[in-house]
Amino acid sequence: MCTVCGCGSQTDQQADHHHHDHGHDHPHAHGHHHDHDDGHHHDHDHGHTHTHDHDHDHVREEGADLHFGHGPAGAHVPGLSQARMVKIEQDILGYNNGYAARNRAAFAEAGILALNLVSSPGSGKTTLLCRTVSDVKSRYPVAVIEGDQQTSNDADRIRATGAPALQVNTGKGCHLDAHMIGRAAEKLGVPEDSTLFIENVGNLVCPAGFDLGEAAKVVILSVTEGEDKPLKYPDMFAAAEVMLLNKVDLLPYLTFDVERCISFARKINPEIAVLKVSATTGEGLEEWYRWIDGKRQVVLANRVAALEAKLADVRNQLAAK
Amino acid sequence: MHEMSLTEGVLRVLEEQAVAQSFSRVKILWLEIGELSTVDPEALQFCFEAIRVGTLAEDARMEIIRIPGQALCMDCGKQVHLSERYASCPECGGEKLQVSGGDEMRIKELEVE
Repeated sequence: MCTVCGCGSQTDQQADHHHHDHGHDHPHAHGHHHDHDDGHHHDHDHGHTHTHDHDHDHVREEGADLHFGHGPAGAHVPGLSQARMVKIEQDILGYNNGYAARNRAAFAEAGILALNLVSSPGSGKTTLLCRTVSDVKSRYPVAVIEGDQQTSNDADRIRATGAPALQVNTGKGCHLDAHMIGRAAEKLGVPEDSTLFIENVGNLVCPAGFDLGEAAKVVILSVTEGEDKPLKYPDMFAAAEVMLLNKVDLLPYLTFDVERCISFARKINPEIAVLKVSATTGEGLEEWYRWIDGKRQVVLANRVAALEAKLADVRNQLAAK
Repeated sequence: MHEMSLTEGVLRVLEEQAVAQSFSRVKILWLEIGELSTVDPEALQFCFEAIRVGTLAEDARMEIIRIPGQALCMDCGKQVHLSERYASCPECGGEKLQVSGGDEMRIKELEVE
């Protein structure tokens, strides 16, 4: 097992995701973006306490240095062993976000709509996905990346529908990250102009923080769960663009208050779209497919614009001889 | 336990910066963790202590600066402090709040040698 992230050993069916050996080139550019946006709000509030802490620590640390080396002007070679401050200002998720940006660009270039499906274990995510894939695969190409801690059961279920699927086992990991998805998409060979469904690890906590380069996060909540889950796991509902309320065929047997649940979700995320569906009876699925179509339109329109620009460029080169 | 991945991200940045800015040891690192971010500071501390052994941050102290959550209330139009995503507007009780700050997780600066 990987001792840092806890990911398990690899088999050839699983996407390799060793974080340690790869590219050191991305995080920098990324970290800087944030600074600008956030700088205004925070620096002001925190300048005082922060500087204050520093001063104290500095004095103490410098005191220690003086004790051993007689200070900055003393026996030490300047800059060699003296303590100093280094400004970093980098996003902790910069490394993941760099890969996510790369995935997003690759998906856009190939006209791929990537959707990141997140939920608790047992929400009916895989059943919903199998049904979705079966229903839409005659209309456009689809591909699926399945994330679980262990087993390839879910990818096997998807493959049984005839769609290409790749299983990513995270071992001890609690979420998929953008590097895993980049490797998985490459290995799977996601078709151009397709819809790529990424089924994240069943977990309403960790996957919220990890951008995979998807166009949208789709959160699935089943009516057999608590209707206050949006309040209990707010980060996920804040990050999602649409909530699929699944297993609505069971509502007559439950005390689940649909409107209350929706109001909780909107309290966390006023913009969230809500679709009531049943993967078993098919109720509400056409609306879900229309929602996907709407997203696909945007991706394809951007793809057409990029291709037209490319075509115009080549035409100009030809005309210029 | 995604704090483990995050802590690994912190360490990676430290190692890159050690090369870029020529230092060999981190004494203190200051992180800015927003109140509305997806990370628990205590878990982050715990993970950091677990993985720093044998690294350039082996003896480093992690200082976490909490950034308060901020939101724009779409009902009263005010910028308000928000400590939980499910909280209502402290000014008008409105429930339509758009988070505008306090969800960051950043490495701010280091004391190194």
